[in-house]
Amino acid sequence: MNGGQDLGGAHGFGPVIPERNEPVFHSRWEERAFAVTLALGMLGRWNIDMSRYYRENRPPVEYLSSTYYELWLKGVERLAADRGLIAEQELKSGKALSSRDPALQVPDAALARKLLADMRGAKLAVPVVALFAPGERVRVKNLHPSTHTRMPRYCRGRTGVVAADHGVFVFPDTHAMGLGQKPQHCYSVRFSAQELWGAPRRDAVYIDLWDDYLEKA
Amino acid sequence: MAHDHDHGHDYDEEMGFRVAALERLLTEKGLVDPAALDELIDTYQHRVGPRNGARVVAKAWTDPDFKAWLLRDATAAIGSFGFAGRQGEHMIALENTASIHNMVVCTLCSCYPWPVLGLPPVWYKSAPYRSRAVSDPRGVLQEFGVRLASDVEVRVWDSTAEVRYLVVPRRPPGTEAWGEEQLANIVTRDAMIGVAEVQLERVT
Repeated sequence: MNGGQDLGGAHGFGPVIPERNEPVFHSRWEERAFAVTLALGMLGRWNIDMSRYYRENRPPVEYLSSTYYELWLKGVERLAADRGLIAEQELKSGKALSSRDPALQVPDAALARKLLADMRGAKLAVPVVALFAPGERVRVKNLHPSTHTRMPRYCRGRTGVVAADHGVFVFPDTHAMGLGQKPQHCYSVRFSAQELWGAPRRDAVYIDLWDDYLEKA
Repeated sequence: MAHDHDHGHDYDEEMGFRVAALERLLTEKGLVDPAALDELIDTYQHRVGPRNGARVVAKAWTDPDFKAWLLRDATAAIGSFGFAGRQGEHMIALENTASIHNMVVCTLCSCYPWPVLGLPPVWYKSAPYRSRAVSDPRGVLQEFGVRLASDVEVRVWDSTAEVRYLVVPRRPPGTEAWGEEQLANIVTRDAMIGVAEVQLERVT
């Protein structure tokens, strides 16, 4: 979606201001919002692409004026309701009306730790033919899906060179919408600063892009 | 996104109530175990952070075979330290040299290599960094105090997929006799994101 989250190349946000000796969390509610999000995710009712979609899928004004963990909290509240973990009425009232699905395996501390160490990730051991090869010139398709995508606006229609083939990965655009993994190759594609920004610098941006986003240039 | 520290006490109180209400509901329904929540927080508050990445970089600086392994298969090389799991399943290490400077961003959200760097700082997740890292990397680097010659190539890596990037900064001159542990002490988080250079002044 062309939403508030797609920030690459935007102007007007001012300088980057690092905080000295920054704590991991700035207040207790941030800790809890973080942990609740991870713990509920471990119940397997949604995937990481859905989580990202639920954080970005709100009016840009609201997205840009919310703090980071506020977006996490609002996202996980909606996911829990939409994916059937809690009822709307429960979210509204804060009172439990029924007990949980007994089939769910709710992680205790030991299981949570084990699941954090899980290395399965988004790479898939399925044979899919790569549509492009390192060294090949590719153009990013001029697509504007209104749903989740990991194709930043600033590279659409731009031409780059495949720098590496990462292998076969879950395709986030379908995965986020509950439409399956649609396994396909994901590549690191190199774009010159000249191509992206018209800037006569020798610099480059590398973007990870899937087969469905690309065409031969 | 809004700079998180611009928000005041009332905001934190309101958010606190909102999280507490959700956590109470989820606990009552048996959907979360509060001990698991404590474990998740403790992991990233106390056990997993940039000291992990610093150890990896220090080893790469002192052991050419390890460095070659790290640049060839970062996931396995980093895994040999026991640094693995969430947001580090598919790692790539990027070596800074005299002619190439790498820096990492996630313009679409906040993707970051948790097992080696922990959770990202606010500036990394903020609109100023996410918007300008790709279009004005030299301007951003200057704000961090890094000035690169025009013949150095800046490579910005936008973490749009599940691949996570760790920058191996340049080893500062004058550290030739140093051991791994001493070197690890000077490697900073920002240097491993690629917005700083490792400097000796930090320890003197």
